[in-house]
Amino acid sequence: MGKVKKKLFLGDQAIAQGAIDAGISGVYAYPGTPSTEITEYIQDSQNARSKGSARSSEAAENSGAEGGKIFCRWCTNEKTAMEAALGSSFAGKRALVCMKHVGLNVCADAFVNSAVTGVNGGLVVLVADDPSMHSSQNEQDSRFYGKFALIPTLEPSTQQEAYDMMRYAFDFSERLGEPVLIRLVTRLAHSRSVVELSDRRGQNPLHYPKNPMDFVLLPAIAKRRYATLCDLQATICEEAEHSGFNRMPDPVDMAQAGENRHWEKGVIACGIAFNYLSEAYPEGFPFPVLKLSQYPVPVHAVRRLAELSDEITVIEDGQPFVEEQLRGILPIKTRIKGRLSGELPRTGELNPDNVRVALGLKPAEIYDKCELVVGRPPALCQGCGHRDVYAALNEVLKEYPNAKVFGDIGCYTLGALPPYRAISSCVDMGASVTMAKGAADAGQFPSVAVIGDSTFTHSGITGLLDAVNSKSNIVIIISDNLTTAMTGGQDSAGTGRLESICKGIGVEQEHVRVVVPLPKNMPEITGIIRDEINYKGVSVIIPRRECIQTAKRKAKNK
Amino acid sequence: MKKDIILCGVGGQGILSIATVIGEAAMANGLHIKQAEVHGMSQRGGDVQSNLRISDGPINSDLIPEGKADLIISMEPMEALRYLPFLGKDGWVISSSVPFINIPNYPDPEKLVQCIDSLPHSVLIDIDTIAKENKIPRSANMVLLGASLDTLGIEYEKIKEAVTKIFGSKGEEVVAANIMAMELGRAKANIK
Ligand SMILES: Cc1ncc(C[n+]2csc(CCOP(=O)(O)OP(=O)(O)O)c2C)c(N)n1
Repeated sequence: MGKVKKKLFLGDQAIAQGAIDAGISGVYAYPGTPSTEITEYIQDSQNARSKGSARSSEAAENSGAEGGKIFCRWCTNEKTAMEAALGSSFAGKRALVCMKHVGLNVCADAFVNSAVTGVNGGLVVLVADDPSMHSSQNEQDSRFYGKFALIPTLEPSTQQEAYDMMRYAFDFSERLGEPVLIRLVTRLAHSRSVVELSDRRGQNPLHYPKNPMDFVLLPAIAKRRYATLCDLQATICEEAEHSGFNRMPDPVDMAQAGENRHWEKGVIACGIAFNYLSEAYPEGFPFPVLKLSQYPVPVHAVRRLAELSDEITVIEDGQPFVEEQLRGILPIKTRIKGRLSGELPRTGELNPDNVRVALGLKPAEIYDKCELVVGRPPALCQGCGHRDVYAALNEVLKEYPNAKVFGDIGCYTLGALPPYRAISSCVDMGASVTMAKGAADAGQFPSVAVIGDSTFTHSGITGLLDAVNSKSNIVIIISDNLTTAMTGGQDSAGTGRLESICKGIGVEQEHVRVVVPLPKNMPEITGIIRDEINYKGVSVIIPRRECIQTAKRKAKNK
Repeated sequence: MKKDIILCGVGGQGILSIATVIGEAAMANGLHIKQAEVHGMSQRGGDVQSNLRISDGPINSDLIPEGKADLIISMEPMEALRYLPFLGKDGWVISSSVPFINIPNYPDPEKLVQCIDSLPHSVLIDIDTIAKENKIPRSANMVLLGASLDTLGIEYEKIKEAVTKIFGSKGEEVVAANIMAMELGRAKANIK
């Protein structure tokens, strides 16, 4: 293989290695599919350095920022992650923040304001979107956030580009003094390909912002900073116009086109859409194409494309971000096709097949779907403690036909499906507690919340404080499997401290109840649930038993 | 050389180790690779698949287009059929014959067998029994990989080297069991 180092990498791993090689001093993240493997890769690389066991918190801990080590311990949620990364940047270091798309909602305040403060050390916010909602509650498109915050946004199309972009993004972030957003989609995050590595850059020394008052967003300073950010837009746009990640490959018939260069069709392909487009035209494109991987949308490049063609088809994964910007409101000469015009489906991810159809190509001849095949939804593992929790809860709630159970996000959300059909809602991290409280305020009884341990520390604690302050009549079940199971078993921020957290917030000592969710303990558990429903106030029940997947893994590694 | 392979099964059945072996062998052969995987929710007992593309030229899409797969390798018969629209007209289906029934409305297994048998190129193989009878119960997925060997277009020696490299850290016994599993599967499938 010669001198160049080549590795078979998931898109997530390419990002992680790219960040390490760009000289980051810390990765700040909360797990979330499809972004989780980025932080895990960095943790594993740090563990390998210190020869600790894989993915343990001990190993993560002894890799503080000094001595070239990289901080990589999981954060409690995306907001704490974003803010810690900004703090690291303030101190002059390069920091990476990773999350799934909905995590950006959680840290939106810090994210948008970090563009106003600006950054000192390079700051890259990596957000992995999940079009088609393989493991998510929505398919929001993070590119809107980049535009909203007025910062540069990158969208790699290949694993190699993902790797290369990290170095570029950190350099650009420091040159500009602003954070840079990188948007991945599931199909790149979770697909492997060979990546060529470059040299590693060292970490930044501790150094302070030239103008530390920039970070004090009092109105007078914020106004000045916001004006600066607006002034930077010209530079940011110019950079996208000339970006090496944006390209216009020549059409195959360019030579014959002669003087009168004009084609009926033109295509803008964003991020991985470019791969699907290339798949459809293995011999090269018979029309002009703009490959778009850096935003804001490069206006001049788009105009050039429009001069060459009568219509433009926009192929983009996620929402019609570029298509909408091209359309505007007033009529234009160029016909615009894409998700809004119905050439591509309005929802769901791109694939080589719907891209072919959008380009007017014949679909391939295929076998029909086999009508014997039925859906196979995921389910709670056999022997999982969440199962015993739902069994007990359903048993008791049979006595209360009006009972409502507000669920949350994690493995235990699968309790919505048969055989349990136990929950009425699953909205966003932490919403079980607050929705149960709101429903109780409205007169609902019994009002029950079911939340996982990691979700509780992510966003349930503040809701619990609200409930305690208004003495809400609710029962909160924190189903504690001692890990963040849904995303593969990461450390959970509050392990070992849940009772003291609840008591500290003000839940009465005798209404914080701990049980072991096992079939043999059913009478005890149902008894406790019944007692706490009858108590007029906030009760917390903590069924605690280790996730069987984590337990298995531990046994195997012994 | 170009092979588009769909690997499928139920979360937890070990399709990703099959992908890792083929990927490693392809890489050692200097081939291009793209491999899209499913991580997350569906790994909890739901349907899972991986799109593995190998070629001596550059590969564009991470996903295999419909009607283009040369091979479906499945740990489960119904899961093999789930991806039928992706199978090329001359493609192969190599599947475990043992149903994994974790849903109440699982179809009649007989009918699944008929459907797979009716395809022009298919192999159904009871990998679980072969693995159990030969006292290598944890290598069932490697029996399946073995059954697909003669349709892969990669030399057997390269696959063997990949297995040795990937499972080497788990000890010689594991490597030997996996190689034995592959050979049993290859012999059973008997694809000429
Ligand atoms: C804002 C946000 N961040 C991250 C996620 C991804 N996510 C879904 S569930 C979950 C963890 C759940 O852990 P826990 O509450 O302990 O429940 P368990 O899965 O262990 O049962 C995570 C990280 C998400 N859906 N939303």
